[in-house]
Amino acid sequence: MARAVTTQHKVVVTAAAWAVALIIFFPILYTIITSFKSEQEAIQGFDLIPSFTFESYADVQSQYNYFKPFMNSVIISVGSTILALLIAVPAAWSMAFSPTRRTKDILMWMLSTKMMPAVAVLMPIYLLFRDFGLLDSRIGLTVMLMLINLPIVVWMLYTYFREIPGEILEAARMDGASLWNEIVYVLTPMAIPGIASTMLLNIILAWNEAFWTIRLTTTEAAPLTAFITSFSSPQGLFWAKLSAASTLAIAPILVMGWFSQKQLVRGLTFGAVK
Amino acid sequence: MKLKTLILGLCTASAFALAAHAESITIATVNNGDMVRMQKLTDDFTAKNPDIQLNWVTLEENVLRERVTTDIATKGGQYDVMTIGTYEVPIWAKQSWLLPLDDLGADYDAADIIPAIAGGLTADGKLYAAPFYGESSFVMYRKDLMEKAGLTMPDAPTWDFIVDAAKKMTDRGADVNGICLRGKAGWGENMAFLTAMSNSFGARWFDENWVPQFDQPEWKKTLETYVNVMKEAGPVGASSNGFNENLALFQQGKCGMWIDATVAASFVSDPKNSTVADKVGYALAPDNGLGKRGNWLWAWSLAVPAGTQKADAAKKFVAWATSKSYLELVASKEGWANVPPGTRTSLYNNPEYQAAAPFAKMTLDSINSADPTHPTVKPVPYVGVQFVAIPEFAGLATNVGQLFSAALAGQSSVDDALAAAQSAATTEMGMAGYTK
Repeated sequence: MARAVTTQHKVVVTAAAWAVALIIFFPILYTIITSFKSEQEAIQGFDLIPSFTFESYADVQSQYNYFKPFMNSVIISVGSTILALLIAVPAAWSMAFSPTRRTKDILMWMLSTKMMPAVAVLMPIYLLFRDFGLLDSRIGLTVMLMLINLPIVVWMLYTYFREIPGEILEAARMDGASLWNEIVYVLTPMAIPGIASTMLLNIILAWNEAFWTIRLTTTEAAPLTAFITSFSSPQGLFWAKLSAASTLAIAPILVMGWFSQKQLVRGLTFGAVK
Repeated sequence: MKLKTLILGLCTASAFALAAHAESITIATVNNGDMVRMQKLTDDFTAKNPDIQLNWVTLEENVLRERVTTDIATKGGQYDVMTIGTYEVPIWAKQSWLLPLDDLGADYDAADIIPAIAGGLTADGKLYAAPFYGESSFVMYRKDLMEKAGLTMPDAPTWDFIVDAAKKMTDRGADVNGICLRGKAGWGENMAFLTAMSNSFGARWFDENWVPQFDQPEWKKTLETYVNVMKEAGPVGASSNGFNENLALFQQGKCGMWIDATVAASFVSDPKNSTVADKVGYALAPDNGLGKRGNWLWAWSLAVPAGTQKADAAKKFVAWATSKSYLELVASKEGWANVPPGTRTSLYNNPEYQAAAPFAKMTLDSINSADPTHPTVKPVPYVGVQFVAIPEFAGLATNVGQLFSAALAGQSSVDDALAAAQSAATTEMGMAGYTK
């Protein structure tokens, strides 16, 4: 009896999980479906079966070169993530293993910077970028995305590092490991799942960031977010083309997320299962 | 080894010399059909000007407006040519943010630009933006449904006729709505239509002393007419319909009449996309016999920001893209029907264009009947037909647009919406220092 209940329970939970997953995934699925419709079909109303035309993809490709914004997205998101990790690993290490009275306050302060609406600092940031010659540059955008994602990276790493017993690091120190060796050879290998999931999440956040990437670029550094917005039109039908551009823009990150989902889930639930 | 180094050095030097010689200009634009076509035809420009390279930035209209405003206000220098509308030109020209375009070359023929369009882009007697395409608004209607309703559309209808025809053409069972009008909130969406409509009812946004006028009977009549006709003869969910949504409805045969931009004529008459392409008639926007029609005036124009370092190259491009020879270039490659409309008088005298675009005469008449410098029946202190050319207008009109959209959706009454609009406008104008 108990076994039957367990099976039933499992079925219900699995069905519920699938339903939730479908609800979450549905907007992306519908975007992909719409990209295979003609503009007329796209605007006609809800329909899950497209005519499987590739005309929108052809239009998108003929109108803009996809490769340049794609490469910009890769460089900016990967670059900002590496830069953020280089700063966040020592910062999180110091806060996790040598906390002071103010550590919690500093963490809260870092997080509070995420609470401010980005548009509030648009003008000063824009002026700084202008004066330093960073407008429409990949370097400027990489630094910008690193800065806006840094609080999250530090917080995530801090949480993972806290799970690692301090005694292991002490043992390394007893064996004569220097600070550098301690971080590189002891701490980092133990925190690999956490670092990997932080890295993946940060790449996704940077890839999808649309406020700064659109406002601080024009042609040279414009990533895929700018590529998408160029297909919206005030006069004329554009839903299918916009969906095709969106599908092309999210496809790489979707594939990456698909392949690394185990690592991502393991990292995100790291603290809970220990 | 030395020879190799020398050759390498020479190659590098010549590459640098070439790169230094070619000047690249960045053009910000929107994703409209005519603009996309222009990007495809730029080989003609670069062949004539091999020393100028073109970089394009295409953005969604509101993002473009925000980006170029940020850039121009901070003198960021990111753009050398900007696509802007008739709303921005007088405001930006007043701020000295734009370079005057009175030196576009001997063969440019600025006198050929349609006077009403040029008037909207001129400040202190100087042209500050060159029109790329211009539009007004007019009535597009289904000739078959009009006939079925036993009516004949006059060339210049009144609002009474439009309201009556809308009711008679409505056939909910057959999914036909008598009239489709903009309902989506926004200063360039429902407020563009309603402001132009209000002009024909004798209403105005502000009196001569900048006092808001939403508490006047003319505005009440405007909004009541709009809400009532849309309730009786408009499509379901009209409060979220903008240009594109109504275009789709009309193309699918679900609208008897549609009052919107003249540029829509080329879409609804295109048999590739429209199921009613051969059944569409055109008429001037309606009036009430007060001397003003409910049509607007808009031009997407190319302007050169004052902060550019490449003014000469930028002006060369503007002159090319808005010239008579560009219209001929488009006609030779894509046919006369695809020529950007509404900018040059000579285009409307061209028999080939008249044959290819049956809506040409009505478009020109609509443009000519709009007067941005005297848009209303009563005197006003502002210019602009479907907008008020002051910086505060975009925010205020979007706010008012939300109130009117709510009235259309039945969430508030016409009286409440007008009272709230009056209150919002009074506060805004007081804060901005127009009134005390």
